[in-house]
Amino acid sequence: MNFSVVTSQFWPLLINGLAVGLIYVLISLGYTMVYGVLRLINFANSEIFMVGTFATVIVTRDVFHYTSAHDALHGWKLIASLLLLLIASMLFSGVTAVLVELVAYRRLRSKGTNRLASLISAIGTSIMISEGVRILTKSAPVPTPRLLSKFNLFTIGSVAIRIDTFMVIIAAALIFFLVDRFVTKTLLGKAIRAVSMSEETSKLMGINLNRVISATFLIGGLVTGAAAFLYMQVYENTVFNIGFNLGLAAFTAAVLGGIGNIRGAFYGGLTLGLFEQFASAVIGGQWKAVTVFTVLVLVLLFRPNGLFGEAIQQSRV
Amino acid sequence: MDYLAKLSSRVGSNSMANLKNINLRDKGANLWESWGRPKRTAFVVILIALVGLLPYGGDFSFTSILNTPISSYQAVLVYPVGMFVLMALGLNIVVGKSGLLDLGYVAFFAIGGYTAGLLSEHTHLNTWEILPIGMAAAMFAGVLLGLPTLRLRGDYLAIVTLGFGEIVRIVALNTQSIGASTGIASIRTPPKTFGLQFDIMHSNSYFWVVLAMILLVIWMIRRFTVRRPGRAWEAIRQDEDVAILMGVPILRYKVWSFCIGAAIGGAAGVIFASKTQYVAPNMFTFNVSVLILSCVVFGGMGNMWGVILGGVILAYLPERIRFISNARQLVFGITLVVIMNLRPDGLLPRKKREKLGAAKKAGENV
Repeated sequence: MNFSVVTSQFWPLLINGLAVGLIYVLISLGYTMVYGVLRLINFANSEIFMVGTFATVIVTRDVFHYTSAHDALHGWKLIASLLLLLIASMLFSGVTAVLVELVAYRRLRSKGTNRLASLISAIGTSIMISEGVRILTKSAPVPTPRLLSKFNLFTIGSVAIRIDTFMVIIAAALIFFLVDRFVTKTLLGKAIRAVSMSEETSKLMGINLNRVISATFLIGGLVTGAAAFLYMQVYENTVFNIGFNLGLAAFTAAVLGGIGNIRGAFYGGLTLGLFEQFASAVIGGQWKAVTVFTVLVLVLLFRPNGLFGEAIQQSRV
Repeated sequence: MDYLAKLSSRVGSNSMANLKNINLRDKGANLWESWGRPKRTAFVVILIALVGLLPYGGDFSFTSILNTPISSYQAVLVYPVGMFVLMALGLNIVVGKSGLLDLGYVAFFAIGGYTAGLLSEHTHLNTWEILPIGMAAAMFAGVLLGLPTLRLRGDYLAIVTLGFGEIVRIVALNTQSIGASTGIASIRTPPKTFGLQFDIMHSNSYFWVVLAMILLVIWMIRRFTVRRPGRAWEAIRQDEDVAILMGVPILRYKVWSFCIGAAIGGAAGVIFASKTQYVAPNMFTFNVSVLILSCVVFGGMGNMWGVILGGVILAYLPERIRFISNARQLVFGITLVVIMNLRPDGLLPRKKREKLGAAKKAGENV
């Protein structure tokens, strides 16, 4: 226990917490949106994230032919490369998400069977994807070549903010803002919200359920892919089971914010990211997961709908 | 409503059984019901004897297909097969009977294993004396986890139990006094009992112990199912709100279901620790919880025989196909997806006539 770090390291912890938290926000959108429309935990979301990280590596290494020895890029070329990578990673994850829906959920959903069958089917899909990648990569961690030389962009008070942290915070906040706009303003977004309120009624209103669900998976996948890209710019390494812990944390974030609630995911992710940084600084990094889950249990006990949740607890199961 | 429907459909169950679309499980049940007591006893005795002889199955040429490459067939029968069946039966009480999704069942297995490890290290108790203590420890953990969290519904419970499983593992990983990442080694094997020797060369003895435990659990579940707790669990699973209205003290029965499941997990953990003589945190990962849950759902949630079948297949299959060792988890994943898509209620689902009764009632309501 070392409480003095909280004050002495306050700013670095805050900035890192924000960056980690915003990555959680993006991944948890994948969980929360799918939960909203299907009332099911998308167990394969962690693998969708994993696919995104590998897409980043493959495109950087094998399409752009950058190597680690390569001089870091500058100017418009850097920005264009980063944008292309972002899009590639999003596309890979998005397509994976749509395929997951087709393989794991669609047939079972049309049969109207029990929820656990879908859960096991999603777990099976998740095992399939991660095992496939494990065999291909021979369980070894895969590094990505560095595109962005990590210089300090500017300093606030005593803390220097690195370019990659800055990029994560800005880009993740922007992407979240876009998703939120999309869901609240567009017709498809309206349809998604309608389905998450009542599947039956929205069918009666002429909404094509299958299309809306596919679209939800696609958007969740795209956002998770963006998170994977941002994650790779900071941590630069991936492995076949990278999604497990991150996915667990992101799911916790979604529940913290009230699962099914998009803005809730934002607050939940930030809360979790910040809490995790400060807590692991105080009691040691190896207890990180324990503190996270303890908080989750406490929140669920006293605010079962999440900190910012909607009253969806009764309407399920 | 379904609860009532089920009760009323019991009366007409024989006529229901004649309907088309009856599955294998119902055929079996009908045949069983048509038998008298001597026939049933004979059948059970023969069945138990056959299963008891399974360890010798690899010895004859015509049964040698049972043999598992790489790992010893007799050892595979104990772990994973026997252990998984035992734990799947325990988890089935929680998930299948009472409809509570528990994703952290491995925690109880770990608690049993670590209890065995610690008591073997610090005391002179033998395995049979540790067994009830391990079960009690797991039960206590079940109450501790269950009392606050069983008020939650559905997926929230799932994630909290998942978290609990991870917490137990991480605590074991980070606590120096219980060996941290290296775990506890040289756990004592059980003493010689009824002429049976227990050590690494005598896997068969362990198999018979696990088999005895499985039979005990089967007997217990059968008793529970027809008595008050079984009916309460059934009511909770079908409709919690209705169960509350009918005066079922749901929290109490949920906690009981959790505890009994936990005790079985703990017992499996004790036997496992005394078999491998070694426990470490990396044996108790989330994957184990997922595997056991898969056994339950794959075999047929709520139906004991289906769960046993699921446990046998999912534990045995990866060992049998070890020759494609690198891809066996991949094959496992594909099998899960395919089977769940083709048979969403599992290989041997719970009685269909219950469902038919419920469907009929639902039809009347519309």
